Amino acid sequence: MSGELVLCHDCDLPNRLGEVPEGGAARCPRCNGLLYRRVPDSIDRTIAFATGGLLLFVVSNVFPFLSMEMQGNVTETTLATGVQALFRGERPLVAGLVLFTTILAPLLHLTMTLYVLLPLKQGRIAPASRRVFRLLHKIQNWSMMEVFLIGILVSLTKLVEMAAIIPGIALWAFMALIPIVAATTSSLDAHLVWSRIGGRS
Amino acid sequence: MTAGTALAGCHECHLALRLPHLADGGVALCPRCGAPVHRRKVNSIARTWALLIAALVFYVPANLFPVMTVISLGKAQSDTIMSGVIYLLLHGMWPLAIVVFAASVVVPLAKLVALTYLLVSVQIGSRSRPADRTRIYRITEAVGRWSMVDIYVVTILVALVNLGNLATIEAGLGAVFFGAVVVLTMFAAESFDPRLIWDRAELNDV
Repeated sequence: MSGELVLCHDCDLPNRLGEVPEGGAARCPRCNGLLYRRVPDSIDRTIAFATGGLLLFVVSNVFPFLSMEMQGNVTETTLATGVQALFRGERPLVAGLVLFTTILAPLLHLTMTLYVLLPLKQGRIAPASRRVFRLLHKIQNWSMMEVFLIGILVSLTKLVEMAAIIPGIALWAFMALIPIVAATTSSLDAHLVWSRIGGRS
Repeated sequence: MTAGTALAGCHECHLALRLPHLADGGVALCPRCGAPVHRRKVNSIARTWALLIAALVFYVPANLFPVMTVISLGKAQSDTIMSGVIYLLLHGMWPLAIVVFAASVVVPLAKLVALTYLLVSVQIGSRSRPADRTRIYRITEAVGRWSMVDIYVVTILVALVNLGNLATIEAGLGAVFFGAVVVLTMFAAESFDPRLIWDRAELNDV
């Protein structure tokens, strides 16, 4: 990576990358935009986070998320219950937006990361890796689990006066999944991956 | 800087390359990642304006229509974005009220204002404080997602308050418009090209 010419993503200033130490980052001297971040063992670490994340993802979608007890009646929900209820309540657009940002985008993020990186670790390049990796970059921004967590907090304080709320296993898995997904993103050295899967000029 | 030999950074994989001469309507593809390469995002200003204006238009019904309606014992009570914040305040939950107010009122408004300011400053050819304007852009891009909080609150309440005869909660039309505002402003921020800020500023150096 050292000595390569890169254009700043934010201000287009050409920079010659110097030696970046492990765990260090190079920033644009003009606008302070991030040019390159070097993560030690990037591919191994990212695979580890994404695999762990995928397991937590399954747990957080299969098991009960939140339950509510009111006058002896227990309502049990999963992560997707709200989406289903919105569809039935004739709000398909809102349902689709929530489905995409809290379930599909995180799932795609984790699986597409593994799709590109697992073969790469064995020195192979999966079919359509370049396309998948480009799409991965676009999808990351639409995964909003941490915002959903704040939404849970707000709705629970609204409900706590009228009912008992019982957090389920899926909620704990979901809370653990948030930093794991963030770590999957930050441990990935896109520059390194592009240099391996990219075509040659 | 002639068009034929200009350095261009690929939007997708950030490879620096020299753009070849292109025939009219021709597109250069990045040799590394295969994405179409342009020196600047295509029609950045027009696209950002279009998405921004659409978001501004939707912002009005997003705040006027209720985001949810609670029907309990035959009585219906509707909440807009603002009345939801006031509810939290009146019930003494002011830390939460601040969070919701910031996410649902301040963030969308600040995004609309910031993008308008960035577009106008680029179009009148402003050369002042490009580094600060770039920072405004980065913040705008980063905070947009937090406006989704209200949509999620409605989703969770709709899921949980499913108590047969006691109460039902419906997502209102306001939620649809508000969701549209969040999505449109996220696309608007994505279509704005911060390098346009520097194109004018660079003329100082020449």
